Amino acid sequence: MTIYRNRPDLVAALVQDDRVHRDLYLSEELFALEQENLFANTWVFLGHASQVPEAGDFVTQDIAGRPLMMVRQPDGDVHVLYNRCAHKGTQLVTDESGNTGRFFRCPYHAWTYKLDGAPLGLPLKNGYEGTQLKACESGQGLSVVKHVKVYRDFVFVRLSDTGPSFEDYFGEVLGAIDNMVDRSPEGKLTVGGGVLRNVVHCNWKMYLENINDTVHPMSTHESATKAAEALWEGHAPTDPKPMAMEQILPFGSGYEFFDKMGGRVFANGHSVLGVNFSIHSNYAQLPEYEAAMRAAHGEARATEILQRSPQNSVFYPSLSVKGSPQAIRVIRPLAANRTLIEAWSFRAAGAPALLFERAMSYNRLVFSPMSVVAHDDVHLFESIQQGLRAGGNEWVSLHRNYDPAETQQATVTTNGTNELLMRNQFRAWAKSMAAGMEAAA
Amino acid sequence: MTDPRDFVAHEAALLDERRLDDWLALFAEDGHYWVPLLGAAQADPFSHNSLAYEDRLLLQLRVDRLKNPRAHSQHPASHSQHVLQPSRIEREEGDEAWLRTPFLYVEARGENQILLSGTARHHLVRTPTGWSIREKRIDLLNAPRALPAIQLFI
Ligand code: FES
Ligand SMILES: [Fe+2]
Repeated sequence: MTIYRNRPDLVAALVQDDRVHRDLYLSEELFALEQENLFANTWVFLGHASQVPEAGDFVTQDIAGRPLMMVRQPDGDVHVLYNRCAHKGTQLVTDESGNTGRFFRCPYHAWTYKLDGAPLGLPLKNGYEGTQLKACESGQGLSVVKHVKVYRDFVFVRLSDTGPSFEDYFGEVLGAIDNMVDRSPEGKLTVGGGVLRNVVHCNWKMYLENINDTVHPMSTHESATKAAEALWEGHAPTDPKPMAMEQILPFGSGYEFFDKMGGRVFANGHSVLGVNFSIHSNYAQLPEYEAAMRAAHGEARATEILQRSPQNSVFYPSLSVKGSPQAIRVIRPLAANRTLIEAWSFRAAGAPALLFERAMSYNRLVFSPMSVVAHDDVHLFESIQQGLRAGGNEWVSLHRNYDPAETQQATVTTNGTNELLMRNQFRAWAKSMAAGMEAAA
Repeated sequence: MTDPRDFVAHEAALLDERRLDDWLALFAEDGHYWVPLLGAAQADPFSHNSLAYEDRLLLQLRVDRLKNPRAHSQHPASHSQHVLQPSRIEREEGDEAWLRTPFLYVEARGENQILLSGTARHHLVRTPTGWSIREKRIDLLNAPRALPAIQLFI
C-alpha cells in the first residue's frame, strides 16, 4: 500500500509541534523513504580510521542499504567505495574487514581495481576492443562515495550529492567528539576491544529517543538499581566502589538529578544531554592522568575537558557519544521494526589503562546482549513496537515542557527532562524527509 | 559427586530449574563467569571486551535483579534448556580439574526462543564439600555477531 511516496505533505503532517504519529515507527514504506532520503542526505557515521591503519586495509559497512567499504589508501587517506564490482555487481570483499594488498581483484572474472577504485586490468582485454566498455559506467571502475569527511578519525559519509556541508550539518555538537579525543593527552583514539552488537526488534527512532530520555531510568531500571543498592548498602558514600557499582548505581539517581543535569538542542536534530553533570561525572579521579592532561593541554583547557562529561551527545541520526567512558553507540536501522545497535570502546593514547577498562566495563554492563541494565530497556522498546499497533490513539505524546517559542531558535539550553530533545529529532526528521522528497519530485 | 563430569551436568540442571541461589553457591569466592566476545579465539578478558565477565558480586546482582518483580523483561519469565554433549576432562592436577562440554542452549520467553551453541569450559577446584567453580567460560560459536537479548545464564 503506497501512502507516503510522492506525498511530502502527508509525511510532514506526521510530526506535529508536541506529538508524532505512530506510522513513523510502524510503516515499512516510511522506512524505505528514510533510507532514500534521510540517511542519504545527512552525514552518517561509517567507522573509525583506526580500524584501517595500513594501506589496503578495508572495513565493510552497509549505510542506507548500500554496501560500502572504507579503504586506507597508499597516501594515507581514507576513501569510501561501493563494494560492487563494475562488471556484474559481485561484492569485491565479503569479510567484515581485512587487507586487500595493493589492489582489489574480483573473485568472479578477475577484474582488478586500484585502492581508490580506478580500473586496473581485466582478462581477455582484446575482447573489449571496439566496444563501448570504456565509455560506460562499467568501464570507469568502482563507484566512489564523493562526500566523505574524516573528523579527528571519525569517518562520516553523505551519499547524496545534495544536502548540507559537514560543518553546517553538525556545527557545535562536534565539540563532543573534540572532548572525547582530547581526553587523550596525545589527541589520539583507537577502537579497542571489539564491538558489542545487539539486534533489537523496534524502530531505530525509538532507540534514539531513549538516548535522550531521562525520565525512564528511575522506573525502567528499578530492578538493576535496587539490586545494586541492596548489595552496596552499609558502605559510606566515600568508600571506593568496584567499577561495576560506580557505573550502575547512578542510574537510580532520582528525578531531580536527571532534571538538573540539563540538556541542549542544536539545529538538524543533534543534542547534548547532561550539560551540567551526568551519571558519568563522579567516577574516581586519577591524579596522574589529570597531570598528564594539564601538561598536554594547559591548565584551563584540561579542566574544561575533564569537567565536561555529558550523558550522551547525539549526532543525528545515527551516532551517540559518551566522552567520559570513551564509548560510542551506533544505530544501524535494518527494517521499520528491527535495529542493530553497536557499542564501541576506545583506547586513548597516553591515558591510563583504567580509562579503556571503564569503556569496556560500561559497554559490557549496559549495552551487551547479556547486559544487566539493558534487558529492561529492550523489553520496553519491543513492547512499544507492539503497543503502537493498537488503534484508538494513533499519537505519541512529546508534550513535556513544550514551549511554542522553542521552534524559533536553533540552539536551546533547557532542563534535562524536557522532551524538547526528542521533538528536536523529529523536527529534523521532517525537514530531511521533505528536502529529499521534494528534490526527488 | 566426585566425578567432575557429574558436577558439570548438575550445574547446568540448576540453571534450567532456575535454582539460581544454589547455582551461585557453586562458585568459589574468586570465581568468574566469562563469555568472551571472540569466543574460543579470545586470550583474556582484559585486552578485548566480553559479552559477560562477572565476579561473584556481579553474579549476585544479576540473580537479585531477576528476583525483583520490577525486572520488566521477565514478564513473561525466561526459561532455559542446556543440551550438553558428554564432558571431556582436559586436565586434572591436584585439587583442580579442567573440562570441556559442547552444548546447545535454548532460551525461551513468550513467543520467542533463541538458540545458541558453543563449548563450556569449566575450571573447578576441589573443596572439603565438593567441587566449586573458579571459572566457567562459554565459547559461543558466533560470539561477535549481532545477538538478541540473552537474559539468563548460558
Ligand atoms: S563480476 Fe567482477 S569481474 Fe565479473
Ligand atoms: Fe535505559
